[in-house]
Amino acid sequence: MRTESNHPTTLVPPLHGEGRGPHAVDPLDEVRDLVRACMQCGTCTASCPNAASMDLTPRQMWRSLLFGFTDEVLRSKTFWMCSACYTCTLRCPRGLQLTRAMAALKRLAAQHGPGAARRKGIFYQAFIDNVHKYGRVQEMDLMFHYFMAMRDPLLPLRFTPVGMKLLAKGKLHAPDGRHKGVLDDLFTRVRELEGNP
Amino acid sequence: MSYAYYPGCSLTESAQEYDVSTRLVFDRLCLGLNEIDGWTCCGAGAVDAVSGLLALALPARNLGLAAKQFPGKDVLAPCSACYLNHLKVVEQTRHDRKLAHRVNQAIAGEDLALDPGVRVRHLLDVLVTDVGEERIGQAVLMPLEGLVVAPYYGCQALRPYPVFDDPERPQSMHRILQALGATVLDWDKAATCCGASLMATDQDTALRAVAGILSAAGEAHCVATVCPLCQMNLEAYQRQALRVNEAARAVAVVYLPQLMGLAMGMGPEDVLLSKNLAVTDRLSEALDRNHAQANIVSFRSDNHNRRVSPCSRTSSSR
Ligand code: SF4
Ligand code: SF4
Repeated sequence: MRTESNHPTTLVPPLHGEGRGPHAVDPLDEVRDLVRACMQCGTCTASCPNAASMDLTPRQMWRSLLFGFTDEVLRSKTFWMCSACYTCTLRCPRGLQLTRAMAALKRLAAQHGPGAARRKGIFYQAFIDNVHKYGRVQEMDLMFHYFMAMRDPLLPLRFTPVGMKLLAKGKLHAPDGRHKGVLDDLFTRVRELEGNP
Repeated sequence: MSYAYYPGCSLTESAQEYDVSTRLVFDRLCLGLNEIDGWTCCGAGAVDAVSGLLALALPARNLGLAAKQFPGKDVLAPCSACYLNHLKVVEQTRHDRKLAHRVNQAIAGEDLALDPGVRVRHLLDVLVTDVGEERIGQAVLMPLEGLVVAPYYGCQALRPYPVFDDPERPQSMHRILQALGATVLDWDKAATCCGASLMATDQDTALRAVAGILSAAGEAHCVATVCPLCQMNLEAYQRQALRVNEAARAVAVVYLPQLMGLAMGMGPEDVLLSKNLAVTDRLSEALDRNHAQANIVSFRSDNHNRRVSPCSRTSSSR
């Protein structure tokens, strides 16, 4: 087993509960392709405003990906801490689309990752559902569904002061149903297109 | 000159004052805004994390509508997140015909298609490139003298596509503020992230980001923004953020076109200053002082009549 570190790509661990072998298609391959040219210079980490809240720094994230540590990557909270500020993308000397890679990791972790990762994807899914249903984001309805889906009784309390302020300023209103269903066709088509790339 | 206008979801809800003040200022500058009929959400910052194609198809639908309703017109999106989403479709499909085809297939149900030549514009871009400081300065009736403003660009107006400004040392808003007569705060947080949607998913991290920005705004009378998400994080969560960082103190946060409107002689009620969540006494007093002074000046020199109406359409009515 001493040679493990020399052959990292043969060590892709099985995905959660799916028991995939090392030869199965790894769901992270599409992200790997985005960062293959990384030279580990660390500019992305130095530029990231949220690096302090991450478990793996962005640079370590790309290395783990390229070494094939799929489980470690999917369990990480790094990409959930990405606020899409695009500083790393702008500054990477290799011109890599790093913010896009972080977003793809959120999507893949919500699909293939452990339960905790799926839970983190809830806000994003609630957002999409809201857009699909109403055509335009309805902030009050969005937060309501987000709280319900998170099943955390304390979470709404953190947002209550802000909700009250918005309400007082006449900035929250009941959902506007005028654009309901407008996006049905687009959503159906996207789903079909993504089913056969 | 006129633009196809995409207000986006926030500007119809929590950021009404941004929409209203933008329309007023554009009218004063004789620029037309044609709202895209039937527009829908562009996906904001969240869709990328669920579906890559959807993140492109949503803004593509709006661009398809714009191409149909206002062919050849540039598309203006005041919200930086909306701006980036629409710009991204154009940039990513420009040299990728396969992707362009997929995106067009997604919006074909309504008989819409992308116009590969469309230009997506940010509010700052239109203001500095198409209008210019000189014309903005000419429309100023009540210079914001003595007002110290911290220009806050946020992220997505400048990154990853540096279309109209230097993303490392942006200057466009500085120039506009100077044209309004304001003193521009030189600070290092002008293009630092406000935490964006981490405010919903990891509030502590986002609050630290906001606290850092607020504490750097120091002596400014207000922070000027060009994005409803930045605005929301900086003002609505300000009280919570101030508890995180003791060095930070309360500071007003307003949209750039609100300041422009005030400098152009509009009243606080016109630009809906009452809708802002963080207007400090310090800002209100400074604005009052300014107002009083400007009135005296314009009364003395008949400045008012001479300088109003930079465009022929309104000049006849004055
Ligand atoms: S900045 Fe680019 S090349 Fe450097 S470590 Fe980050 S991803 Fe790799
Ligand atoms: S885009 Fe994400 S990973 Fe990159 S610097 Fe910004 S927060 Fe960090």
